[in-house]
Amino acid sequence: MVKHFIPTTLNEALSILHEHKCDIIAGGTDIMVQRRTWADLPREFDGTINIINIPELQRISEDENNVYIGATASLTDVCNHKSTPELLKKSIFEIASPALRNIGTIAGNIANASPAGDTIPILYLLDAMIEIKSLSTSKQVPIKDVIIGHRKTSLHHDELITTIIIPKKEFTSTSFVKVGGRKADAISKLSFTGAYIKQNDKITDIRMVFGAVAPVMVRDEIFEASLHQKTPKEINDELNDIIAHYTTLIKPIDDQRSNKQYRKQVSLNLLKDFIHSL
Amino acid sequence: MNKITFRLNNKDVEVFASPTKRVLDILRNQFDLFGTKEGCGEGECGACSILVNNKLINSCLLPLGSIEGKHVMTIEGLSATKQGIMLRDAFALEGAVQCGICTPGMMMASHALLSINPTPTIDEIKIGLSGNLCRCTGYNMIINGVLRAAKDGDGLW
Repeated sequence: MVKHFIPTTLNEALSILHEHKCDIIAGGTDIMVQRRTWADLPREFDGTINIINIPELQRISEDENNVYIGATASLTDVCNHKSTPELLKKSIFEIASPALRNIGTIAGNIANASPAGDTIPILYLLDAMIEIKSLSTSKQVPIKDVIIGHRKTSLHHDELITTIIIPKKEFTSTSFVKVGGRKADAISKLSFTGAYIKQNDKITDIRMVFGAVAPVMVRDEIFEASLHQKTPKEINDELNDIIAHYTTLIKPIDDQRSNKQYRKQVSLNLLKDFIHSL
Repeated sequence: MNKITFRLNNKDVEVFASPTKRVLDILRNQFDLFGTKEGCGEGECGACSILVNNKLINSCLLPLGSIEGKHVMTIEGLSATKQGIMLRDAFALEGAVQCGICTPGMMMASHALLSINPTPTIDEIKIGLSGNLCRCTGYNMIINGVLRAAKDGDGLW
């Protein structure tokens, strides 16, 4: 007997996940397409839990240090909220269309774990922590330890993403570039996001993330740290080495949206632009 | 099978069905509301647009379970309102309808846009309708239709 659950509280949802192995549906914008069947037949699931009607998971708030985004707050609500970092707003605004943003969620973007998910590079860049709960546990995990491969997460079947925690940070400048087939409703061919802090002509923090060019987002924090305390000029003088370094990390594939050569070349061009802009 | 209750075009209704059925199919096959169209079936064309609690949603991506307790409005519901009549007349006057398959979705998206922004610019209309494809008009007449509805329907939204 296939069971479907539509809980209205978080506790109820966690109890259900504890007892039943279910597919979790938030907005449904990915999974309803992935489990396509002929029209008028139910989508192919063994059992589902629909978490879109749980008010506790839709809240957005902030304190001194962090912004807290409820797992199933709609992308529209996240985009319109005063606490949301500008860079995240920018990436959400380039996702799909108003109707999709009204139902799509950041937790869904994470759990779907597509290399082309557009909020994911921003979550990497901002060092987001993901709060994950089960009936008996609660933990906070860095985003890079939640998404562990192409469409693969470290989530257990009784666990639920409950909150996306984004540390507050003031950058001197940020950038997000999405390259897609058209402006709306396009899945990224590739994306680049960068941010830096400059004090007295020295770079004290620099971050670069490439999306959709490897099984998971490409970010190298150790390499970024090697650029700290240098001046923009010194970093620009090293541009060839920087590009050579990221050339080895960017491993795109050919698919229906684009090809390896294009993805790699454009990613490196965007990196070059970013370094020039320091 | 679950019992799902919701409000549909201002009437309380209930259906017994799998919560993973698409709202699109429920509307068309259980309620005979054929104004909501299936175009691409994957959220790219907007022909299936409806309002759920006043928000524009693609009903082809929406599992039935997600509308429990909510208010759904389809093009049939919108058509019975002053705003719907205004949009219909404005679209007709501007020649915004050719084959008509995108029109219900375009009107739902236009209504959703005007509800948030009663005096949109052309660029704002383009963003508001960015999830709706039309393969006939080239969009200019549809944009003019929305501009006309905003002007002639001043105060309605």
